[in-house]
Amino acid sequence: MNDALYREIILEEYKHPKNHGRLERPTHVARIRNSSCGDELHVTLDVADDTIRDVRFEGTGCAVSQAAASLFTERIKGLAVADVQRMDEEEIVRLLGARPNPMRMKCAVLVLRAVADALEDKRQK
Amino acid sequence: MAEDASGSKGLLADFPALAPAPDGTRITYLDSAATAQKPQQVIDAVSGFYERHNANINRGLYALGLEATKLYEEARADVARLLGAPPKHVIFTAGTTDALNMVAYGLADRLREGDEILLTPHEHHANIVPWQQIVLRTGARIVYCGLNDDFTIDVADLKRKMTDRTKVLAITHVSNVLGTVTPLHEIVPYAKSKGIIVVVDGAQAIPHFPVDVYALGCDAYACSAHKALGPTGIGVLYLSDKLMGMAPYRTGGDMIDDVTEQSAEFARDEPRRFEAGTPNIAGAVGFGAAARYLTTIDRGRELERELTLFRKAWDALSAIPRVTLHGPSPDAGYERVGIIEFTIDNVHPHDVAQLLGDAGVCIRSGKHCAHPLLRRMGINALNRASFYLYNTEADIDALVAAVKRAIARFDTQPKPRTEDAHIPEARR
Repeated sequence: MNDALYREIILEEYKHPKNHGRLERPTHVARIRNSSCGDELHVTLDVADDTIRDVRFEGTGCAVSQAAASLFTERIKGLAVADVQRMDEEEIVRLLGARPNPMRMKCAVLVLRAVADALEDKRQK
Repeated sequence: MAEDASGSKGLLADFPALAPAPDGTRITYLDSAATAQKPQQVIDAVSGFYERHNANINRGLYALGLEATKLYEEARADVARLLGAPPKHVIFTAGTTDALNMVAYGLADRLREGDEILLTPHEHHANIVPWQQIVLRTGARIVYCGLNDDFTIDVADLKRKMTDRTKVLAITHVSNVLGTVTPLHEIVPYAKSKGIIVVVDGAQAIPHFPVDVYALGCDAYACSAHKALGPTGIGVLYLSDKLMGMAPYRTGGDMIDDVTEQSAEFARDEPRRFEAGTPNIAGAVGFGAAARYLTTIDRGRELERELTLFRKAWDALSAIPRVTLHGPSPDAGYERVGIIEFTIDNVHPHDVAQLLGDAGVCIRSGKHCAHPLLRRMGINALNRASFYLYNTEADIDALVAAVKRAIARFDTQPKPRTEDAHIPEARR
């Protein structure tokens, strides 16, 4: 990698993240932490008819985790829950346009794990 | 060799990992508080052991076996000198973490409900988590002292917390976050007067200055080789007379006097009581070589050099807009080692560390295995640059240039934040 990872798009997403904040009436919620660096992500989802209607994220984190969260939340909006649940870290790599080194992959996939946790949330109808 | 700050020849030439690559580039290694680079003398001792002396110890009656045993015990004596301890009180371990586990589990049967284990918020997880496990087994509880406004240990509060219930004080010699030396000369005698067992985590101390466990008066002193120029996976635990008889937390071969089908008699009053199984012999030999290296150089002068670099780096970083330095400044007057903590406004420490890494500048980022201290500092993550005897002024120049480039890369626009973008620590 590496300058590849910090190319303009990542920094742009980091500075101007999409879907930042939290939904007022989420159907699904999750909070997840990356203990090594202290990154934390809070995800709220609005799911109806097995479709992701809306999604928001907030938290503290590095540019990689925040940009991945911005790109991934944008990607899954309007998709079927089952399709989102099938996504793995390769989806994040595609969205970032570069493969983070193994240490940074933990930051990059934080949003993927948060969304997966949220979709398993008990409040699901 | 590179001229250092004071214009003297550095020790840098001894460290092959820091030599320039064929293309002339060279890494800037500022992560010695995580692990130090190794001098050729240590590398040669380890490979030389495998090439010429390899055999198991305390067993083979052939020449090679006797030679391996002799080298292992000589290494123990060399390492013991670093601590000012008699070799028969120095136990080889897998490192500081293993040593601290050994003493925590060894003391478990001396602790019961109502007893207190006193810690400081400066402790590395290695000196917290094992005690938490002992608490689960004994019903004792952990008590922490407070910090001063500059996050150094509040010694008066620490003394106040030493009561009739306090059975163990487990305390770091040097903070792996702030780099400050704990005033043990003030703390340990007071603890001893109260009959408290004192366990010292010396992982960040032995790389930088000679230790004298008798002068300190502690009952246990743990350290690793790898932060002090030696190999990974090896360390030592010094135990006073009072603790040499504690229960061994690992049992098996080599640590017994006799074994029957149903029971065993453990070796008494000697290190092998705690060294079950075939130890890391080559590692011990490498640690011995590192100890000899450290005892042949002028350590006082090397620490002074390190602190000169620390001060220059502090001044250079503090002159960069958007850089915030954390912890006591060089002018605060604390006895310390060369560790600097910094953050860049609106750039996460992991991004800083990676951009610096891409520029060949190796620093640490994150929570430094000290979550409780960072929580008390109200900081999520930090960047740490740590200095050691092979660093030079050129390393500071590279650090400063890389920090400036990282800031430029992230540009000066602050990241927009929503009201609740920052989740306070208290809610975690």
